[in-house]
Amino acid sequence: MSTPHDPMAEIRASFFIECEELLEALQDGLQVIEDDEADDETINVVFRAVHSIKGGAGAFSLEGLVRFAHRFETVLDLVRTGQMQVEANALKVFFQCADHLADLVRVCRDDAPLPEVRSEEILELLDALTGGPPIMQEKPGPEIDFSPKALTLDLTLGDETADAAMPFELPEPADLPPFPLADDAGEEERPGNYEITFTPSIELFETGNEPALLFRNLEALGDINVNCDASRLPALAALTPEAPHLSWQISLKTEADEAEIQSIFEFVEGLCTLEIVSTKGPDLDVEPTLSPAAIPTSMDSRFPTLPPEPESPPQITPEPSATPAPSPAASPKPAATKDKAAPNAAKSVVRVDLDRIERLVNLVGELVINQAMLSQSLEQSGLSPHSNAMNGLEEFQRLTRDIQDSVMMIRAQPVKSLFQRMSRIVRESSAAVAKDVRLRTEGETTEVDKTVIERLADPLTHIIRNAVDHGLETTSERLAAGKPAQGQVSLSAAHRSGRVVIEISDDGGGINRPKVLQIAIDKGLIPADATPSSSEIDNLLFLPGFSTATEVSDLSGRGVGMDVVRTAIQALGGRITISSDPGIGTTFSISLPLTLAVLDGMVIEVARETLVLPLNLVIETVTLTQNDVEMVRPGALVVRVRDGFVPIIDLGKELGYRDELEDLEGSVVLLIAHEDGNRAALLIDNIVDQRQVVIKGLDESLYRAPGIAAATILGDGQIALILDPSDIIAQSLNPSTARPAPMTEGMIA
Amino acid sequence: MTLNILAVDDSRTMRDMIRLALLPEGFTVHTADDGMHGIEVLDGIKPDAIITDINMPRMDGFGFIDAVRAQDNHRATPILVLTTEAAPELKERARKAGATGWIVKPFDPTKLVKALHMVAG
Repeated sequence: MSTPHDPMAEIRASFFIECEELLEALQDGLQVIEDDEADDETINVVFRAVHSIKGGAGAFSLEGLVRFAHRFETVLDLVRTGQMQVEANALKVFFQCADHLADLVRVCRDDAPLPEVRSEEILELLDALTGGPPIMQEKPGPEIDFSPKALTLDLTLGDETADAAMPFELPEPADLPPFPLADDAGEEERPGNYEITFTPSIELFETGNEPALLFRNLEALGDINVNCDASRLPALAALTPEAPHLSWQISLKTEADEAEIQSIFEFVEGLCTLEIVSTKGPDLDVEPTLSPAAIPTSMDSRFPTLPPEPESPPQITPEPSATPAPSPAASPKPAATKDKAAPNAAKSVVRVDLDRIERLVNLVGELVINQAMLSQSLEQSGLSPHSNAMNGLEEFQRLTRDIQDSVMMIRAQPVKSLFQRMSRIVRESSAAVAKDVRLRTEGETTEVDKTVIERLADPLTHIIRNAVDHGLETTSERLAAGKPAQGQVSLSAAHRSGRVVIEISDDGGGINRPKVLQIAIDKGLIPADATPSSSEIDNLLFLPGFSTATEVSDLSGRGVGMDVVRTAIQALGGRITISSDPGIGTTFSISLPLTLAVLDGMVIEVARETLVLPLNLVIETVTLTQNDVEMVRPGALVVRVRDGFVPIIDLGKELGYRDELEDLEGSVVLLIAHEDGNRAALLIDNIVDQRQVVIKGLDESLYRAPGIAAATILGDGQIALILDPSDIIAQSLNPSTARPAPMTEGMIA
Repeated sequence: MTLNILAVDDSRTMRDMIRLALLPEGFTVHTADDGMHGIEVLDGIKPDAIITDINMPRMDGFGFIDAVRAQDNHRATPILVLTTEAAPELKERARKAGATGWIVKPFDPTKLVKALHMVAG
């Protein structure tokens, strides 16, 4: 924001945003190719992504990025034009190139030093793909492409006349012949007289060129006298209106050199017969070698050669492979592209500063509270429920809810970008431990709050590294177990009952439970005589201090244990669970709230305290009768529900509001779904209401009480705590595996 | 003299750059994201000149020029091809398709303006 009024800086910023999108398209395309679902257009999309990055990078003189993108693009062009087949090996290199391109983009964005060595390494891999000759062909490529660019930049600083031709001409080595001429002419910076004969052909008009404009441009160079030669104009009766019959004689007195005059006719070269004859002014008696005749002949000889001219560049331009490309590849494109690219292109997007959205989210939060207060006071005012005011209120409530949903949608983003990052993690980590691993993703379009996506990257990275490193067996072990050599890690996202569930699973050997148990006992995390259940053993992985030096390789051993992952997930108001089948694999399941700002809550009363529970966790409410309740042992009660018994947890006691209730008759229990599929019954005094509440984070300075997630302001202005029932249940039922660290870092308000 | 320009490029950065180069000149700039979109946008404006990229999804620059020239009222509308691809064949093809001129990216703003004046007055 330091340069809000510098348009170039803004475009540059937007270029990097666009790069991210292009990189995503690139990844997608490569993925489609890997999945063997590519069609003709896929490689074009891939090519175009790299091409556009190069184009933009050129505009900002990001040389390193241009250089790499160009080399990558050149090889992709070989594929695009069918001169190269994409084998598994090549695809791997392409993925590496894409990753590196992404790195370069970020390096350039942050003005960090370029990782030249890495670039070279990757380019060598690329070269290895194309074999010897293509390398030879490619290498001059950049020179040709880059020197003109450098020149263009130089020219912008200095001369503003002769260079008019440069941007058009430079990259074309075939156009070299005019330049010596131009140089010669450039030396004589004295007024010169030129006689120009100009006869347009029909193509000149067909391409939208206009003689009058050419003359006007000539006029800008000096004194001009134009004579029209209409001698070839047929009689009106014989006139073909489309065919040109006119010719012009122009006398030009100018200080400009001949190259500049040439540059005016740049676009019509070959579309007309043009003769430029320098007739020296009386003061120009020098250089007899440049006789008036000399130039015309050289010019004349040039025009007849125009048609073959385009053929010569391939000899000079060492890209014969690249040059035929456009025609075959481009022609089928318009038809082929339509269906595939249409959805992307049709999307119209507005970019908005995140701060503005935050502000809107907060305002809507306030609106929700305000609306709740208004409802409450109107209800208390004794108005008839059928009065206009109450009807209007209902509508107001509905609108508020819609606005809230819409605002939340603004912040939501598909998890795709996150998944793509993970696909890179899989590639890199599998290469580091020499395992062949493939990542399967599902539900990439699932939308999640932007903040959640950002903060999921680290925990997901860790889980995925773990899966590749520990979860999957070595290739030989896999083969011995009768599994395919290639290990698989799956990453999926889905909306499930108002939450987002992200699952990371591998098809490895599953958790080695005896080993995990032993480690936990050795480290004194659990008593030596403990006999935890399978799922309890799995959950030991989340204990702080579990991760050990002997257990981790340099890949996942970054001093970060699964407990950190769990803490990070919990900080997002989410929960993580683990399940494992020996020999079949391990699945981590992360369940997250859709939004961090608003919650559908059940307002309850316990010991005259008003509390809020996330509504989506409540499966059922039951009013107890004494017959429903059984005592397992003193202090451990269960309630009979249709299909079994569920442990009762007295919320008032757990939260320290009061002693355990003696008489449960008439009390209410809420059946709560626990993440691992278990259920528990929370004993409360009363259900007050169901309503949306705005989550207000608890200040960092407050003690993080177990089971308390956040707070909210109710309609009557009262503050109520928002409970985290899973935490309470875990604390109450499994004190041994309950998280020792206090609750979340506060959900976002 | 100010001109009414239609710029067709699939890269947002390029569209922004073109706008940045032309708006200070007092030009009116319409933009489109690809050839198909370009045809849509064209329907309803009368540009003095059109700038188009070559390599674009859905409908590329060649297809776009073809389609523009096929419209009677745009047979003579100047079209500049703006592309990173400097291959002579490409220029020849663009010209065959009916392009008036070409500019190689990255372009210098003053040159773009100059080229536009050159073809559109």
